Amino acid sequence: MNRGGSNASAAANYLLCTNCRKVLRKDKRIRVSQPLTRGPSAFIPEKEVVQANTVDERTNFLVEEYSTSGRLDNITQVMSLHTQYLESFLRSQFYMLRMDGPLPLPYRHYIAIMAAARHRCSYLINMHVDEFLKTGGIPEWLNGLEYVPQRLKNLNEINKLLAHRPWLITKEHIQKLVKTGENNWSLPELVHAVVLLAHYHALASFVFGSGINPERDPEISNGFRLISVNNFCVCDLANDNSIENASLTGGNYGIVDSLSELEALMERMKRLQEDRDDEEASQEEMTTRFEKEKKESLFVVSGDTFHSFPHSDFEDDMIVTSDVSRYIEDPGFGYEDFARRGEEHLPTFRAQDYTWENHGFSLVNRLYSDIGHLLDEKFRMVYNLTYNTMATHEDVDTTMLRRALFNYVHCMFGIRYDDYDYGEVNQLLERSLKVYIKTVTCYPERTTKRMYDSYWRQFKHSEKVHVNLLLMEARMQAELLYALRAITRHLT
Amino acid sequence: MEKMSRVTTALSGSMLTGRTMHCHLDAPANAISVCRDAAQVVVAGRSIFKIYSIEEEQFVEKLNLRVGRKPSLNLSCADVVWHQMDENLLATAATNGVVVTWNLGRPSRNKQDQLFTEHKRTVNKVCFHPTEAHVLLSGSQDGFMKCFDLRRKDSVSTFSGQSESVRDVQFSIRDYFTFASTFENGNVQLWDIRRPDRCERMFTAHNGPVFCCDWHPEDRGWLATGGRDKMVKVWDMTTHRAKEMHCVQTIASVARVKWRPECRHHLATCSMMVDHNIYVWDVRRPFVPAAMFEEHRDVTTGIAWRHPHDPSFLLSGSKDSSLCQHLFRDASQPVERANPEGLCYGLFGDLAFAAKESLVAAESGRKPYSGDRRHPMFFKRKLDPAEPFAGLASSALSVFEMEPAGGSMGWFVDTAERYALTGRPLAELCDHNAKVARELGRNQVAQTWTMLRIIYCSPGLVPSANLNHSVGKGSTCGLPLMNSFNLKDMAPGLGSETRLDRSKGDARSDTALLDSSATLLTNEDNEETEGSDVPTDYLLGDAEGEEDELYLLDPEHAHPEEPEYVLPQEAFPLRHEIVDTPPGPEHLQDKADSPHVSGSEADATSLAPMDSSFSLLSVSHALYDSRLPPDFFSVLVRDMLRFYAEQGDVQMAVSVLIVLGERVRKDIDEQTQEHWYTSYIDLLQRFRLWNVSNEVVKLSTSRAISCLNQASTTLHVNCSHCKRPMSSRGWVCDRCHRCASMCAVCHHVVKGLFVWCQGCSHGGHLQHIMKWLEGSSHCPAGCGHLCEYS
Repeated sequence: MNRGGSNASAAANYLLCTNCRKVLRKDKRIRVSQPLTRGPSAFIPEKEVVQANTVDERTNFLVEEYSTSGRLDNITQVMSLHTQYLESFLRSQFYMLRMDGPLPLPYRHYIAIMAAARHRCSYLINMHVDEFLKTGGIPEWLNGLEYVPQRLKNLNEINKLLAHRPWLITKEHIQKLVKTGENNWSLPELVHAVVLLAHYHALASFVFGSGINPERDPEISNGFRLISVNNFCVCDLANDNSIENASLTGGNYGIVDSLSELEALMERMKRLQEDRDDEEASQEEMTTRFEKEKKESLFVVSGDTFHSFPHSDFEDDMIVTSDVSRYIEDPGFGYEDFARRGEEHLPTFRAQDYTWENHGFSLVNRLYSDIGHLLDEKFRMVYNLTYNTMATHEDVDTTMLRRALFNYVHCMFGIRYDDYDYGEVNQLLERSLKVYIKTVTCYPERTTKRMYDSYWRQFKHSEKVHVNLLLMEARMQAELLYALRAITRHLT
Repeated sequence: MEKMSRVTTALSGSMLTGRTMHCHLDAPANAISVCRDAAQVVVAGRSIFKIYSIEEEQFVEKLNLRVGRKPSLNLSCADVVWHQMDENLLATAATNGVVVTWNLGRPSRNKQDQLFTEHKRTVNKVCFHPTEAHVLLSGSQDGFMKCFDLRRKDSVSTFSGQSESVRDVQFSIRDYFTFASTFENGNVQLWDIRRPDRCERMFTAHNGPVFCCDWHPEDRGWLATGGRDKMVKVWDMTTHRAKEMHCVQTIASVARVKWRPECRHHLATCSMMVDHNIYVWDVRRPFVPAAMFEEHRDVTTGIAWRHPHDPSFLLSGSKDSSLCQHLFRDASQPVERANPEGLCYGLFGDLAFAAKESLVAAESGRKPYSGDRRHPMFFKRKLDPAEPFAGLASSALSVFEMEPAGGSMGWFVDTAERYALTGRPLAELCDHNAKVARELGRNQVAQTWTMLRIIYCSPGLVPSANLNHSVGKGSTCGLPLMNSFNLKDMAPGLGSETRLDRSKGDARSDTALLDSSATLLTNEDNEETEGSDVPTDYLLGDAEGEEDELYLLDPEHAHPEEPEYVLPQEAFPLRHEIVDTPPGPEHLQDKADSPHVSGSEADATSLAPMDSSFSLLSVSHALYDSRLPPDFFSVLVRDMLRFYAEQGDVQMAVSVLIVLGERVRKDIDEQTQEHWYTSYIDLLQRFRLWNVSNEVVKLSTSRAISCLNQASTTLHVNCSHCKRPMSSRGWVCDRCHRCASMCAVCHHVVKGLFVWCQGCSHGGHLQHIMKWLEGSSHCPAGCGHLCEYS
């Protein structure tokens, strides 16, 4: 298993964006040195995170209590910008990985690996490879999916769907897992697995969305440590914004002065708040707005087009550069816009017909006790978390903004709220933010620092982390809703 | 469903008649409501809004209120309510936050009356004032309740719950100004309609959302609430603090709750998930529902009693797109099906058993198991006239006393502790267990083990030193008999390939080998007459079908040695080992096989025939090597296990099951296995054989069992300083921020096994303490206590 060591130049360890690659191709002698990554995140200046940390004993205490690795990893450091949330996050994660549950510990970590591999998130994979071995997992399994028991392998299909197109999950998929005789999953086990999968898909979004750096002390001891870091191009990491972004500068969304941008957003929020009683859109209008938002998310093209290299090229790169492909099957399977599939026309998921609070919770808690409460608390926490600030402004009611973010993510997964006016999304979320949201939730592996930087320029990093948290939880909830609905249908 | 019982009730002039019936709706229902005259019901859902009239035999669609070219979201109803004063007036709550009122008196097709678009989120509930014609109340996901006067265009007052989403609002039936509201965060609030600024009273009723509430129709202050925590609670609101009067634990989250008319303590509930039934509970009897309606195939979303003074008709709508009328008379009553039984062990092994009188009477005729010395004593419970459920309370109590000597279970404990279940080759395990059984004087069990060894083990592993006298016996005695057997039944070459087995060493048949083999033949001859008594003893009769298979399977093995088949002097039909591996390469080892009938039991009964056949083989070099298919004996082994389990020796059944593992597991259905495992584990735990029981749990392959030791694996400890429970980690106290369990030897925190002296309460790492106490007898902490480690 030669992991890019022998013939690769130093540059091969990093994924290069096409721009850089073009440069490199022109002049082969140029060697890109591996930038020294510092701090927990590549996107957020180290001091932002560290400053917050030193004052916060609570974080350390939480880590002591709930961290499975027993150390303050980079995810935790970045999340510790929001300590309240961090607690519920760590609590539920700890519960999934360490406490009473139907699945054996190594299984849990292996499932985490499988989930993270769907998004090529080597950070999470590395982390859980270690934990997998520590909890007594069979090292052979790490050679790839061919080496694991059939039972785990069967999970592949649902992992794939859940990660990219959760709306395709049907009760038949559940039946296939539950009723296969020898290798069947019991329902509690399946629910545990589904929760883990959804958690790690979403966490992968967070990792990429926040540009989490690899842990600093890469012990290569066990040989499973992957060399490739994250797929941030060196030009991103070097914070080099010189390459102009065509899609951002062009069109209606020119780069306006950042301050006026913020003012404009505040203004729009205010107007929406006041206007909503007067201007009442007709039902047809509301429906079309949802459809429009759904459609529009089609054109919000993500990541790769920034660098304008063809899709397949990108995929190939991913597979070559990182060694995660052995944990996945059908690597080409990715997010496909919900709106685009006109031919099959799957019905929109009506949020009111299967809500987390009423239905999801009851089912999950029934089959995997207590996780429901933990997840419930986490969802509630992230949805209600606010400091009533926006950038430099204080005393702002951000409910509307949070709801727009949450519902926009659900919209991309085809979940519609009857009582939401999707026109708000258009008003509140600027295009660059939509691009970022779509990339982070649907193709997290393509997130770049430029995307992270290009929206809400004057907002604080902690606020952007907050956005990431919202995206992550919204995504997790969407996946869970689809999976749990399928399980419910299987049960009835 | 074809229970055609008809009920007619006279209610102050009006007559209600009907039967249990249902009708198919076009779409899932979200809510239903009944008209005042009890003759019509309205069904509302995401894509349905219809009025049905309730005829005697069926529901008849009266009116479709869902009109218009394009279905609008205003028609996507979360809730519907029919005014109890005005039969033309309806209100619906839409998922998009609109409250709509409908006037059936309008001449046009569109009956929509007014539209209130004040709520920002889904409206979960609407409620008319019970006596006031124009007052409508709504509760929404946005956390607000609004009161509308239907004569005006917008709301009269808005109530802010100051907590999360409102799930239900209900006007009090008795108090004109009061209404109750329930919230997603578990709170219940009481409001005065005249005071929108703050609620009169608030308390936390449930853990998690409170989905529904209902005021008692007669008792002024009684409010029933149902929540996601699967509870229904009845509160008395007349007192200063809301007092919980009753609590019913259901099996799923409670979506709706409705008091039953004319029955003070009854209420109906339905659930939001998983459970599709409607239950009627007597709140004083919170464990078993008084009645149960099982008609729906998907969750029930709406329930309503048809008439406010008639307790026998219940209407329900469901996600399975059906509308049902349930008759109380047709309800299934779980109480009747339940066998109220209690069983308890006393301190000295006495067993008390209480059951319904009728059951006890019926069973008293049954013979007790032989060999048990038990003395039943019967008591009869005096009936308490005050008891509300007197009819069910007549039970009999029997007490079985354990005789001090007779009931000794020493053998059970010894066996459990000494049996080897895993970790060695099968042959060794069997030998070991046979030895254990023999030493405890359980010869029959010992024989069984030996036999299993012979059946399942690769013959090469069997020590050949055990050729004993039974061989001789077998050859001499069995010979003539088997000759005839062979000739009669079998094709010449393969004749000896029949199967002969006694699945269990039957202590009862302590007969000589001759007898047993003789019986075998008679058994074979008249299997019809035999068998009922000892059905598992000889399975020749049963086996014949399989013998056919045998012919098909065996020839390839048999061929090379065919000439040697013709051994008329071969006494017994041979049996063949079942080995996991394909038998090919081991053919010749069969020759080395030897019987293993232990010397100590010369009168080894049932095994002898089989053994002798092998011994004959080895003696006469009858190279009869072909094997039976691996699952050839599984039927016998299975029956043997069943026999043991039925005899009460579930220990044997489980031990064999574990030792043989895959070889027999597939032949016994999961449920039986689970049953055996649970019984055995229960017994082991009764005898405090925790380690053994855990080992059994671990070795079991049944998923239901192996998850037993995954549950409640937490051991809670208290901090040694502040005596408070250490909730999160076992070694750091959250409160005093100290490490509670330090090792007295290495002075580090102990995170794993902690052992401590019960005398001085010092302790530490298990390894450290063990090491320390090897060298010193004093406490490592220096407290001077003489600690002991045992």
